[in-house]
Amino acid sequence: MTTRAKSRAGSMALDILSHGALALVALLFLFPFFWMVSNAVRSNAEVLAIPVRILPNVFEWHNFAAAWTQLPFGRFFVNSLIVSVSVTAITVVVSCLSGYAFARLKFPGRDALLMAYLATLMVPGIMLIIPLFLIVNNLGMVNTFQGVILPVAFGTFGSFLMRQFFLSIPNELEEAARIDGASRLRILVSIIVPLSMPAIGLLSLFSFIGQWNNFLWPLIVMTGADNATLPVGLTLFQTQQGTAWNYIMAGATLSMLPGIILAIALQKLIYNSIALNAGMGGR
Amino acid sequence: MTIAQETAVTAIQPATRRRNRLNAGEGRTAFFFLLPSLIGVVLFLVVPIIASVVLSFTNWKLLGTPQFVGFANYVRLFTADPQFWPVLRNTLFFTAEYLVLNLIISLGLAVWISSLKVGQKWFRVIFFLPTFTPGIAVAIVWMLIFAPDGFFDFIMAALSIHVPSVLTDQTLAMQAVVVVSLWAGVGYNTVLFNAALDMVPANYLEAARIDGATAWERFWKIRLPLISPTLFFGTVMTAITSLQVFDQIYVMTRGGPGNATATLGYAIYQKGFQNFQMGYASAIAWVMFALIMALTALQFWLQRKWVHYDN
Repeated sequence: MTTRAKSRAGSMALDILSHGALALVALLFLFPFFWMVSNAVRSNAEVLAIPVRILPNVFEWHNFAAAWTQLPFGRFFVNSLIVSVSVTAITVVVSCLSGYAFARLKFPGRDALLMAYLATLMVPGIMLIIPLFLIVNNLGMVNTFQGVILPVAFGTFGSFLMRQFFLSIPNELEEAARIDGASRLRILVSIIVPLSMPAIGLLSLFSFIGQWNNFLWPLIVMTGADNATLPVGLTLFQTQQGTAWNYIMAGATLSMLPGIILAIALQKLIYNSIALNAGMGGR
Repeated sequence: MTIAQETAVTAIQPATRRRNRLNAGEGRTAFFFLLPSLIGVVLFLVVPIIASVVLSFTNWKLLGTPQFVGFANYVRLFTADPQFWPVLRNTLFFTAEYLVLNLIISLGLAVWISSLKVGQKWFRVIFFLPTFTPGIAVAIVWMLIFAPDGFFDFIMAALSIHVPSVLTDQTLAMQAVVVVSLWAGVGYNTVLFNAALDMVPANYLEAARIDGATAWERFWKIRLPLISPTLFFGTVMTAITSLQVFDQIYVMTRGGPGNATATLGYAIYQKGFQNFQMGYASAIAWVMFALIMALTALQFWLQRKWVHYDN
């Protein structure tokens, strides 16, 4: 064996070792997911058994069905879906309209307004929960879906994101339609929006996940257990004596499924959007 | 920078060309396009911000009429409330430890992943997964892991390490909150830094290699300076979110034991929605805002010393 071949073999061994070691780290990292599912499919007595059992003696897959109907995580799941989908729909429509105005229409004070929109991004959400709750309270919307949905559906980030994307679309594409006398709304709907699906998809994804995972706001507004979203529902059974840990783990699994599926299915989109952030760091 | 300039140019050209035949209609169209957004922003962002300032100078307790009390809430915070200083200390302690560990771990993972020949995207996805799951669900799962005689105690016992019950111990409870936050939050920065490392031009590294630079030197002298703007971005964003930590604490410790894990975010919730001291809670919220601004300003000031912008 020549020295070059030897060093190549050495670096290959190192490569394999490096892949294997990180795979081991990744496996350990995934352990909480495993522990959640493993405890979701056993009896509560087995959850509390001492010493702990890594795998249940008896697998109780029907716990998922029981958690869905009895606790009722099915209801919470639907509530979460209503909130997340509604917020996402409103956000996309409102952001496309305002983003188009910022990108393509001339009006007095446009740049100042855009700066004001950007400035609001610096206000941390948790600061506003008290006045927001008082507003929702005054509007008589405590414990209603509109009370949870409306205050979080008008974020300024979407307007900015859509503006940036619209600016990248060549103006010529809409000039022809304008000469034909098409209205701005028509141009937005039939020309600009179809071209903007990557940005709309990204905005929808992050808006949906943000609301699906949101906890503090629905916790405050949804005072009735029937209206609880999944994260709020998960905490409702936490403090009672004789916590049904197995059902709660089943509920936690249900609450994680959409995010896990989206993160895997849309990994390229997510990576590209984060890469855009990485690239904007000064370059 | 170049993108902004390009877009500015494309935006300006057609505008000047048709300035003459610009009609008032465009302004009206813009008004209607902006209206839904403006109503929402004013009602749910501008009014709340102003209301929050005003509230912080009142003693409103949800029921009854609020009275203007001047700076009394702020005076009470800094001089009379025995809970405030521990809460502030806990928040800063959490932020400091979480921020440092998050950056070290995520940068380490990002470098490790970028050095691999196969499976990069799968490792990225695995570490990113918790980022897309509800923080509440994550915290509940970890609560079971840390429960008395739970999995963590089982491992410690197997290793013959004696530890008190984690979530009810004065010092360990906060460490548990940090661990859970790291598990949940390290993935975003890992992907962010990994993406930045992918953008480092390969010929820079190749040139350095030919000049005889070791892998260690290439990392510290080329890759790290080149991704430092992204590191800065990640640091600022992570600091802002960690100062607001709430979900994990609500589930795992409710600020306890005692007030060992009570943070500003938790204090706002507790004062506002358990004691219904809306005015007082608003004052705490503004302390948090001041802290976020101060820390962000500090980082912008410090970046001159370590962030490298190429232009």
